[in-house]
Amino acid sequence: MAKAERIEIIEKWCKGCEICVEFCPTGAIEMRDFKVAVKDLEKCTACMQCELRCPDFAIVIYKKDKE
Amino acid sequence: MSYDYAKYLRKGKLPHIWCAGCTYGIILKSLIRAIDGIGWAKDDIALVSGIGCASRLPGYVDFNTLHTTHGRSIGFATGVKLANPKLNVIALGGDGDMTAIGGNHFIHACRRNIDLTIFVFNNNIYGMTGAQYSPTTPKGAWATTSPYGMAENTFEITSLAIGSGASFVARTTAYHVAHCEKMMKEAFQHKGTSVVEIINACPTGFGRKNKFKTPASMLTWMKDSAVNIERAKNMSPEELVGKYTIGVLHKVDKPEYIETYDTTVGLKK
Repeated sequence: MAKAERIEIIEKWCKGCEICVEFCPTGAIEMRDFKVAVKDLEKCTACMQCELRCPDFAIVIYKKDKE
Repeated sequence: MSYDYAKYLRKGKLPHIWCAGCTYGIILKSLIRAIDGIGWAKDDIALVSGIGCASRLPGYVDFNTLHTTHGRSIGFATGVKLANPKLNVIALGGDGDMTAIGGNHFIHACRRNIDLTIFVFNNNIYGMTGAQYSPTTPKGAWATTSPYGMAENTFEITSLAIGSGASFVARTTAYHVAHCEKMMKEAFQHKGTSVVEIINACPTGFGRKNKFKTPASMLTWMKDSAVNIERAKNMSPEELVGKYTIGVLHKVDKPEYIETYDTTVGLKK
């Protein structure tokens, strides 16, 4: 079950270095036209690997509130 | 969202000038989290830098920032600290900025043990000027000024700092984001010269000519070759070939320069 409510990508700041895609353990994000894009939000476990290692402040994960 | 950086950023300056995959952005995030974690007010911090890619960092954060001449960040930082000892002064620069052109300032700040935090961003190359070799380029590595491979020995920045008299010396990498934040916090809390060497990746200048195809492969290289100091104690020298230790390498209590100065000249008894 997806743990992220949404993944915000600031395309203007993304330089397409692919660090986030390489470190995503579940394949929830992919490269599209040299920028990062959400592939499958359901797969995201909100582990924050991509957000922590994005050098460009371009990716933000919003976690789902615990029910 | 694990952390909101907006409070500390000069958002109008983004996107930053660093290349795609440059790990300085990751360090910038660790620095912001460390400063926020320690609870310093924005006006109580002075961030001083020299020239180079790393030295562009203060432009993106909303502290008192100073962008100075090549290699002289520690000189300016010493002046700032002496003029206003209440400020928390951080000097940062790349490996070339700190150990080549600013080498003398670096060793003498360590010798005085003045209460500065020094971050050396070691990316093994002079990135901004076009990938010339720096004192930390590994032997055999390609650079524009060493097309047959680097022939010189490299500087061991942490050993240099320990030998010069710094009272806190640590090493971390851009890959280990939480560790980097922890080392920065410990360096901030230490009274005296604290030096933190941060291993970085320059995918444009260093990586793509030295068998690192992607920025992520450079981060993986950091992950594979870094060994925690506690773990390294139980490892043989053969096992440590090609690896480097991370963690607090050296920590001693020593008289701090400003206090010693004040008592020496009679300002304080």
